[in-house]
Amino acid sequence: MEWFTTVIYLLGATIRVSTPLIFCAMAGLISERSGVIDIGLEGKMLAAAFAAAVVAALTGSAWEGLAAAVVVGAMLSLLHGFACITHRGDQVVSGVAINIIVSGLTVVLGNAWFQRGGETPQLQAEQRFMGVVFPGTENISHVPLLGSLYLKVISGQSLLTYVAFLLVPAVAWLLYRSRFGLRLRAVGENPAVVDTAGISVDFLRYRAVILGGILCGFAGAYLAIAQNAGFQRDMTAGRGYIALAAMIFGKWKPLPALYACLLFGFLDAGAPLLQGVKIYGNTELPVQLIQALPYALTVILLAGFIGKAIPPRAIGRPYVKER
Amino acid sequence: MSAAPKSSAPGPMPRWLEIGGLPIVNLLMALIVSCLIVVAIGENPFAAIRAMAVGAFGDLYGIGYTLYYATNFIFTGLAVAIAFHAGLFNIGGEGQAYIGGLGAGLVALLFDHSLTLWPLLALGVAASAVFGAAWAFVPAYLQAKRGSHIVITTIMFNFLAAALMVYLLVNVFRIPGSMEVVSRDFADGAGVPYVHVLLGQIGIVMPTTPLNLAFVWALICCGLVWIYLWRSRGGYELRTAGLSPKAAQYAGISPNRVTIEAMLISGALAGFLGFNEILGNHRQIVLDFVAGAGFTGIAVALMGRNHPIGIILASVLFGALFQGGSEVAFEIPTITRDMIVVMQGLVILFSGALAYVNRPLLEKLWRLYAARRQMKAATVVASVSPAVAPDAPVALAQETVTVAAMPAAPAPQALETTPEAEVLEVVEAEIVTMGPGAEPPAPSTEPRKKRGPKKPKRKPGEV
Repeated sequence: MEWFTTVIYLLGATIRVSTPLIFCAMAGLISERSGVIDIGLEGKMLAAAFAAAVVAALTGSAWEGLAAAVVVGAMLSLLHGFACITHRGDQVVSGVAINIIVSGLTVVLGNAWFQRGGETPQLQAEQRFMGVVFPGTENISHVPLLGSLYLKVISGQSLLTYVAFLLVPAVAWLLYRSRFGLRLRAVGENPAVVDTAGISVDFLRYRAVILGGILCGFAGAYLAIAQNAGFQRDMTAGRGYIALAAMIFGKWKPLPALYACLLFGFLDAGAPLLQGVKIYGNTELPVQLIQALPYALTVILLAGFIGKAIPPRAIGRPYVKER
Repeated sequence: MSAAPKSSAPGPMPRWLEIGGLPIVNLLMALIVSCLIVVAIGENPFAAIRAMAVGAFGDLYGIGYTLYYATNFIFTGLAVAIAFHAGLFNIGGEGQAYIGGLGAGLVALLFDHSLTLWPLLALGVAASAVFGAAWAFVPAYLQAKRGSHIVITTIMFNFLAAALMVYLLVNVFRIPGSMEVVSRDFADGAGVPYVHVLLGQIGIVMPTTPLNLAFVWALICCGLVWIYLWRSRGGYELRTAGLSPKAAQYAGISPNRVTIEAMLISGALAGFLGFNEILGNHRQIVLDFVAGAGFTGIAVALMGRNHPIGIILASVLFGALFQGGSEVAFEIPTITRDMIVVMQGLVILFSGALAYVNRPLLEKLWRLYAARRQMKAATVVASVSPAVAPDAPVALAQETVTVAAMPAAPAPQALETTPEAEVLEVVEAEIVTMGPGAEPPAPSTEPRKKRGPKKPKRKPGEV
């Protein structure tokens, strides 16, 4: 039964590690489907994590922390929109600028406010989003296999994790079944047509970008006040880029993006287990190989060797109204 | 994609304002925001600036470190700039520099006992270039042949480089039994000569700094890049493809080949950072020696307007920020070195992402100033010849407008032509296109005559 405990652990860990990736991938998806490249996922998530940790530490409320994270995420999106949509600046450059500013600013502010080398104070359990215990765990936990699956994987995750998994169908509905989504997809493919129909391209893109910022806020809040108990410098550690890769791996579609997030999360969660595992007699499987897999897979996908990832046609191009 | 040649916006701005004024305005805005942040955390920004300036330029020690940092930034700045000129955004300088360092390190580990210094260094330069270029080749090839977005692939290659280097250092280079994740030290003297050692030989005492002759190589690279971009066929093709891939294709230039060429050069330049760090400074292979310099290169290229001279100036500025920043962190502990990272991001924001905000602003100011000056000139003309007076200001005003509507040439290119000659050419072109019957009134040529001796070029019969 030892292998089963491992599987249960791995599934639970995969879900926990994937949660911020799902939020970020959905954020990037909405933004990029509207034609705005979102390299700044990493920065927005990091800023949101910082805001969540600071506010939760000061007010003692996880909910206020989440609100702060969402506001900060949206504000940074507004900056991105101001640069790229209103002033037609380069979207990649703007995203890079946001990432770099945030990676420095969070440490400067954190250090100035708390004098802990950029960390925020440790949060108590009531200041965080702790695991939600589902009803019936007591009764079902005795059932073999299913019981521990229910106890360790399905139940007991943070509230935000459930939100993340519910978010995916919600985003799919928004994109494919709502009027807003139709317009959003259209503006990412051919903004001129949307403009001709009398719909503001800029306003649509702003809404998409802000929505993305809000979701990055959730991702950051999850990192700082659900998965961890406070903010550490550069705590996103490239997750924004992984989410970006997952979104591309999912070919800019919600459900495939979810699978990609789970796959990358699984690789991340499983890497420590493979430490020291021997293959072919005495050679160890390098952990770095597992860690590098998401990036390598994304490159291979982008090269068109596993299916074809076709980005929204108008992506990266600011819309200039004809005069 | 081309983030750099931003000059597609119309503008009668003179070159000196464009080249000198705009970066200063951008820098000032970044500085103001940084000062506001410093005020917000309750410190005195002026004390910080003073500490920074003293730390960076106050003594030979500070200058040594400033130039040592600048060396890295020149390499990565050139790497980003050359990609910008080809219309590509190479965000992968970080990874290319990392792998370039691997090349330099391998050469040293293999040959430090068998080769004398100069062949070793030459081999090191070559190896860092080849390794850096190789790391840039795959994204470039995928972009050219399979249309994979180069920004995403180069980001992925940064992470791949990091994973590869950790693997190699832990499993291959690490001294068996050692806990430290570093390679063995290179043999004594196997490294780029330090500047303080060289200066000591001619009797100038300089404190020990990591500044080495790689700085000179960086300056040489600037010259080579300038020659390549503006004095060679390859550079012409590169810039053409960057400005308009379709026009390039029409002219028989393959944009795909240019993409690969530009990225190879870009990767090689980034790889030289590894040469400076591994053979120049650490003299063993270490982890994370690039430390964000690949991203600083983006700020440097944007601020230096993708021109080698601008890149040198911007690199020294950022070198000063990094060196001064550590002094500030020492004197005012609340302001950590991360403040420099913030400034770097702000520079990218203002001179890159918000390039279209400051530029029109400055342009408007200039136009206001220029119009006022021309009005003054026109009134002088009016008083001299009252017969044609009513037409003169109108014609002048029209001319100002038409010149304003002419798209300006990309900034770095225009460095070759002197501003005056170009203004004249534009004006003359305007006159020619006016056609017969629209001969400008005589007095309006009056102020133009003063600007240069180039006027009699037109044949008498031609209008």
